[in-house]
Amino acid sequence: MEYLSLFVKSIFVDNMVFAYFLGMCSYLAVSKNVKTAAGLGVAVIFVLCCTLPINYLLNKFVLAPDAIIEGVDLSFLSFIIFIAVIAAFTQIVEMVVEKFAPSLYSALGIYLPLIAVNCAILGGSLFMQQKDFASCGEATVYALGSGIGWFLAIVALAALREKMAYANVPPALKGIGITFITVGLMAIAFMTFMGISL
Amino acid sequence: MDAKIKETILNPIFKGNPITVLVLGICSALAVTVTLKGALVMALSVIVVTGVSCLVLSLLRNTIPSRVRIIIQLVVVSMMVILVDQVLKSFEATYAIDRQLSVYIGLIITNCIVMGRIEAFALGNKPWPSFLDGLANGVGYGLILIIVAFFRELFGSGTLFGIQVMPAGYVPNNLIILPPAALILLGCIVWVQRGIQKDLQEK
Repeated sequence: MEYLSLFVKSIFVDNMVFAYFLGMCSYLAVSKNVKTAAGLGVAVIFVLCCTLPINYLLNKFVLAPDAIIEGVDLSFLSFIIFIAVIAAFTQIVEMVVEKFAPSLYSALGIYLPLIAVNCAILGGSLFMQQKDFASCGEATVYALGSGIGWFLAIVALAALREKMAYANVPPALKGIGITFITVGLMAIAFMTFMGISL
Repeated sequence: MDAKIKETILNPIFKGNPITVLVLGICSALAVTVTLKGALVMALSVIVVTGVSCLVLSLLRNTIPSRVRIIIQLVVVSMMVILVDQVLKSFEATYAIDRQLSVYIGLIITNCIVMGRIEAFALGNKPWPSFLDGLANGVGYGLILIIVAFFRELFGSGTLFGIQVMPAGYVPNNLIILPPAALILLGCIVWVQRGIQKDLQEK
């Protein structure tokens, strides 16, 4: 039951995009059409689900105070360790996908390497550290939920932007301006979930 | 000062602003703008990290093989961010800096402004212009942060830097404090800027 509530909470209440603005850069840049948006969303879910448990274990058994040697606190190294894991992992995923699933590789194209610098991935690890999960399972569920939340957000925005091409927007607001306002309104809609206590 | 250096400094502040024109580094820009103090701390951190990382990577530009450059950039940037984070931690108690900011300071590593400027400018230019370019982009970013934070703190809490400025009967507008208001404000800033500078408008 705990897992379920954590899962639902990380999708809707603590949505990566609408509550914390994580992964905004690629969120705004790659949301012009639904198909590529969905591809990037799936890639984010996958990388998040794989790197978060690794970072959780590293955080617990290497970086936490007194984890390796009594009296040594390595937590100041967490940024560099987390980003190294994420960068290395995306590199490995890229190579594996290229070798074994060339069609998927060409579909995802440039989005795979871009994930290394997506704030949603690093943000997931940093929030994991802050939230202090009790087990590796909880961290994985959190990663899955956050990833799905991000996926939903980017697909929804892409669908809206496809329709917006037919709308009559003031010239100065066209493109990025109206997108900011749209995301703002979507975030207000998502805030209705905030009152739910899980 | 010759014209090229002047252009390097002035361009990122208005005409090529990293947030409103290049749309980089939005993630942290929106989350830390509830109070002016948070925005100021974040802006200073980004200015330092971008400036120094650009300088270091520009010095190293001829020795980095291009295949591994992303990893090297990430290492240099994360070292800088760790330094900034440690400095902030030591001042945390004295100046009452928000704990929540810590996550967003960490996220400077993946802030696209830093990576973007390194890739686009520092790896192809001499150290001094790269350093100035990094600083100027940090300032352009900070400027937008401070404008957004000014409106959010003024109307959301009725204060500026924690000091009450609105008349006593003012009822704070809670919507402005919530995350969505930052996006809508940013949309309005883009609107104003593109209204003034017509050549930036998208077709």
